[in-house]
Amino acid sequence: MKFKRMKINVEKNAAAFIHMDDVHQPTHDKNLWNARMKRDRMAASIPEWEQMRDLASQIKEHALTHLDQYVEQFVMAATKRGTIVHFAKTAEDHNRIIYEILKSHNATKIVKSKSMLQEECEMAPYLESRGIELIETDLGERIQQLSGEMPSHIVMPAIHKTTDDVAELFARTIGTDPNNKDPQELTEAMRNNARPKFLEAHAGLTGANFAVAETGAFVVCTNEGNADLTAAIPPLHIASIGIEKILPKTEDLGLFIRLLSRSALGTPATQYTSHFMGPRENGAELHIVLTDNGRSERLGKAEFWYSLKCIRCGACMNTCPVYRRSSGIAYGATYSGPIGIIIDPTFDDKKYSELPFHSSLCGSCTEVCPVHINIAEQITLWRQHMVRIKASKPSLHYAFNVAGKLFGSPKWFRRAEKLGYYGLKLAPDWLVYNKTLNAWGKNRQMPAIQKETFRDWYIKNRVK
Amino acid sequence: MSDLHQLLGDIRKHLPKEKIAYPQVPTFTKIKDKAVLKQQFIDALALVGGVCHDVSDIAECQQIMRDKLGEVAVICSATAEWEGNKTITDIAHPRDLDDVDLGIIRAEFGVAEMGMVWLTENSLKINSLGFLSQHLAVLLDPDTITENMHTAYQQIDFNASEYGCFVMGPSATADIGATLVRGAQGPRSLTLFFLKTPVPDQ
Repeated sequence: MKFKRMKINVEKNAAAFIHMDDVHQPTHDKNLWNARMKRDRMAASIPEWEQMRDLASQIKEHALTHLDQYVEQFVMAATKRGTIVHFAKTAEDHNRIIYEILKSHNATKIVKSKSMLQEECEMAPYLESRGIELIETDLGERIQQLSGEMPSHIVMPAIHKTTDDVAELFARTIGTDPNNKDPQELTEAMRNNARPKFLEAHAGLTGANFAVAETGAFVVCTNEGNADLTAAIPPLHIASIGIEKILPKTEDLGLFIRLLSRSALGTPATQYTSHFMGPRENGAELHIVLTDNGRSERLGKAEFWYSLKCIRCGACMNTCPVYRRSSGIAYGATYSGPIGIIIDPTFDDKKYSELPFHSSLCGSCTEVCPVHINIAEQITLWRQHMVRIKASKPSLHYAFNVAGKLFGSPKWFRRAEKLGYYGLKLAPDWLVYNKTLNAWGKNRQMPAIQKETFRDWYIKNRVK
Repeated sequence: MSDLHQLLGDIRKHLPKEKIAYPQVPTFTKIKDKAVLKQQFIDALALVGGVCHDVSDIAECQQIMRDKLGEVAVICSATAEWEGNKTITDIAHPRDLDDVDLGIIRAEFGVAEMGMVWLTENSLKINSLGFLSQHLAVLLDPDTITENMHTAYQQIDFNASEYGCFVMGPSATADIGATLVRGAQGPRSLTLFFLKTPVPDQ
């Protein structure tokens, strides 16, 4: 547990990814940028796209500012349909409740589809250490499970890996031919590997993309159909749902399904949009673990509650120039990229204190968010928070203190400008490109500084 | 239920002061013509790897599937119109559909915007049929195609089933090297036949 509290050095992790070789980072960048461009084409093809974003944002804000009513309504409606609803205040509660349900059903073999909430609660290691055999059925999640890594992207969990990486992994873990590097055949190999596990499973676990207060139904979106297999075969289905997933009405789904996959992958929708209203048949059971894990507290943070609007599409990650360079693994957290930067510190503002500084603040995330979360603005607010609690790097503290003094005094600013010109001109390369003193000089040529400052030029040419 | 009250208490303690109103959401409908909706459905389904055929009877559907897949061993139908060789009403456990090569389903309605069909346990009989089958043949009455997701949700009765799924083409993934592969965990192909719903008790 000591290790877990260690501060994540996102800069160092990102550097490791960038310098791994000449293949991983450019491929990662290209694949995510493709998703962003496909998203743009989708958005442009729908005349009401911007209106839909406005409405989706408003519905989310309405639901969150009336969340008590909708949670109650959802629970009543789901219970009426025969679903058993459990309540988890913390990640520990969530894991314990699921373990107890499994134990009472003698369920030791389970299949699961992707759930970021279950990742957030670190459920898999909890169950595995108690003798539960757990298989991830989403292909990307399975790749990550076999690698012993957390997902690097909320929609494309293994996007930081190349086909060669997967070929090597599958050869080592499920016995494929190491020379077989064909995505089609590798997918086929995993299909055949996973099929018996679906058939044998004692229970199936899923997450939920949306839950509807009006009906007690919840919705799971997948491209593989793995959530449906997970729910359709074993007699026991347990769904983990965060309280922020609740929408007031069925008709709201129309809007959110239209936005979700177009924002995420630039596809019209996921291949499967599955709705669960109640237990499948006589003898089958449906359980929901409605989980808070810090969400209600976040709702009370005047500046930060907007991150609860997130529908986990990953558009902000695909567009982020820093994320595309770093890979999600660098963030050392369940949620990476811009949305991760504003969610992760709500769980632990010491461990994730450097994340808010891992951003260029270009604002592209805010531009693509389907529910208008002010992500870039929140990143700056988290920076302020980190400085306030003195969790940011001491070097940054020092630099900003000096910068503050310089920018605050015209006289000192002018002197510093001149000093910069002569300093950079006279300093030897070993000093300018010193990795410790000047991180900016790493992998970059320093620009030549003009001798004439803007002020000099202005006085000469404009002030008469 | 005491846990529910604790959760509600925690939420109420932190609810934002400012209340946001619930907006009016339009259905964004534009198209009245059924032929246009049908064409939109065909184009949308093609985009995600599904193929549509206009047919006049079941025999024609069967011929198209034979041409496509050859003679397959196990055909299981959840429809009265198309008889398979594995009887769905005899199935004891959902896993017993694992050997199905071709599953036959009549969709409840279609969505033009997405090329999706709506399936529930009423149309699937056993839900796993839609996912364990290697290939799917789906019958759809073209008159049931609705314009978009907004109009689609207006017509679903959530009390009529415990499960419902919008299926948009075959199962797919791009999790290895961002390369699109059809037939991830579920069906490898989806073939859609436009065929009017038979009049009952003929």
